[in-house]
Amino acid sequence: MSAAADARRAGALPVPPGESLLSVRDLRVQFVRRGAAPVTAVDGVSFDVGAGEILGLVGESGCGKSVTSLAVMGLLPRRSSRVSGEVRFAGRDLLTLPQQQLRDLRGRELGMVFQDPMTSLNPVLTLGTQVTEVLRRHEGMGRREARERAADLLRGVGIPDPARRLGEYPHQLSGGMRQRALIAIALACRPRLLIADEPTTALDVTIQAQVLDLLQQLVRESGTAMVLITHDLGVVAGLCDRVDVLYAGRVVESANRRDLFAAPRHRYTQGLLGSVPRTDANGKVPLTPIPGSVRDMLPWADGCAFLPRCHRGDDACRTAGIDLEPRAGADAASTPPHRARCVHPAGLDDAPGPAGAQPAGAHAVARPDGAEVRP
Amino acid sequence: MLSLVLRRLGLLVPVLLGLSVLLFAWLRALPGDPARAMLGERATPAGIAAVNRLYGFDQPLWQQYFTYLGRMATGNFGNSTRTGQPVLSTFLERFPATVELALAALLVAICLGIPLGYFAARRNGSWLDHLAVGGSLLGVVVPVFFLAFLLKWLFALELGWLPTTGRQNPRIDATHITNLYVLDGLMTREWDAAWDAVLHLVLPAMALGAIPLAIVVRITRASVLDVLNEDHVRTAEAKGLLRGTVSRRHVLRNAMLPVSTTLGLQAGALLAGAVLTETVFAFNGIGEYLFQAVNQLDYPVLQGFILAIAVIYAVVNLLVDISYGLLDPRVRVS
Repeated sequence: MSAAADARRAGALPVPPGESLLSVRDLRVQFVRRGAAPVTAVDGVSFDVGAGEILGLVGESGCGKSVTSLAVMGLLPRRSSRVSGEVRFAGRDLLTLPQQQLRDLRGRELGMVFQDPMTSLNPVLTLGTQVTEVLRRHEGMGRREARERAADLLRGVGIPDPARRLGEYPHQLSGGMRQRALIAIALACRPRLLIADEPTTALDVTIQAQVLDLLQQLVRESGTAMVLITHDLGVVAGLCDRVDVLYAGRVVESANRRDLFAAPRHRYTQGLLGSVPRTDANGKVPLTPIPGSVRDMLPWADGCAFLPRCHRGDDACRTAGIDLEPRAGADAASTPPHRARCVHPAGLDDAPGPAGAQPAGAHAVARPDGAEVRP
Repeated sequence: MLSLVLRRLGLLVPVLLGLSVLLFAWLRALPGDPARAMLGERATPAGIAAVNRLYGFDQPLWQQYFTYLGRMATGNFGNSTRTGQPVLSTFLERFPATVELALAALLVAICLGIPLGYFAARRNGSWLDHLAVGGSLLGVVVPVFFLAFLLKWLFALELGWLPTTGRQNPRIDATHITNLYVLDGLMTREWDAAWDAVLHLVLPAMALGAIPLAIVVRITRASVLDVLNEDHVRTAEAKGLLRGTVSRRHVLRNAMLPVSTTLGLQAGALLAGAVLTETVFAFNGIGEYLFQAVNQLDYPVLQGFILAIAVIYAVVNLLVDISYGLLDPRVRVS
């Protein structure tokens, strides 16, 4: 799978056999402030993404998904954060790579699309400057050549009249156009890995669907690996091959999309699915929110962080070292294995489940554009 | 753009009219009598009356004002009661010196202030940052005249590195075209004259530039800190741009918006500060002349010079507003 991606670019480092294009191992991020205890935002996250694959990182605000992506890109403030673990990209550990080499990779092999298109473009520079500068930096293009390529790129992401747009400033573009421009910038050098951090959160619903379709199309066409960060299960259902669910800085469930939606194992995943409006129930099934907020958590050292919000939790959950592992024979047989970090996995251990618990079954999830996806 | 400039210039007329009334009234309210100041201790009542009649000081105030206004409309700003010289020509003759000094001070403020503020922000919390913040506080609180005397004493009198007073060594037979001595020296290729003028500028420019420098450091630092936290800088970093490109194109350029506004406001401080600095260094600009005019209650000079300074201040700020449009496309539309 990765051989095709390697062939695209002469001189790109090959992915060592048996390794994924991006392989994150035990990633840990702490934020340190003088006079305060360090805050652990990411607590031993591991995942792999191969070429042409779309991995979803899912979780609610504050679960560490954005920090994970920034850590992979090397964009966390170096003075106030401590990052450990391993981020292997095409065989190199990005965390120990010298700054200059990391700069050579960013924008060329690693592309990133950010959450808020309204603030992610520089307001005082023309779109042309902002698109061409990445081409000139990495592809060594001259002014004119870069401008022509930039126009092609903008056309490629569906921006009409690109030659004129290149001379305009971000405030002259709508939010959707800006996000398209940011996608064009991220994909300008045909990166092997694209990280999209909630790329549709700031857009209205119809534009969301367009942008998602665009991302999917671009990724499939070019064999780019993509990490899609989102809190929106509709987006996951429509786009991702595999899903890692994050809670309090750890992966609590990891499965391919079909397994995750058909049989969520972790109670948090179950809760997330229960919070999604169901279009197959004619609006008669009330939504089941997860009680409490992400702040009501137990330190992982004392047991499951989700315990204070879990309807199924008991004293068995108050134990350190609950592993992320397959919870049933069928789960282990899945490719990749369906793993969960739960002592009482849903669908396997529902005996004392109180009223209101989610039935484990096929979930249909509404995509942002109203279409329905049955995984 | 043109209509904006014209509208702003049009607005200047009522402002200046108002200012001329205030100025006229305020000068007359100052203690002291210009005729007595001119004639000295042993003035006779007859002499004083003669002087008052000569300059029209015996007429009612409103009549004096309108006479003054009428003359001004024809470009006649009167003559100095002290030297008898026409106010306008004296101003034009001395103004280049003040411009040269103000530009030099501005250069000090910009060339030191922006890098200092930038690096203080980049190394937020480091010793450099503390030094920049503390030093800029010192720069603002030390009075200009004190700093001027201190610099003069240390570098000119004690160490003898730099000249004490004046704009150029009179022994250099320099050709003057614009009366901006450094520029003149460069234009006529009289390198020694230009260099000598630069040496004469160093201390006054440092004294006058201290406050703007301190303010530029502070504003740049705060502004860079703000911009560094903005999302688009992260986007620039995600593009893998070189560090220098990110700093110049994505941080400094955006951070310059508030700095340019501040610099415009500092133009007033420079012109006002020039009065003290020029006096200490016997720098023959409008500041030094104004200082003498205040001592002698030289009404025509005070009125003319202060109005001219007001016009310059307004024009400088208009230029800053225009430059703001060049820096920030978002204000260009309206």
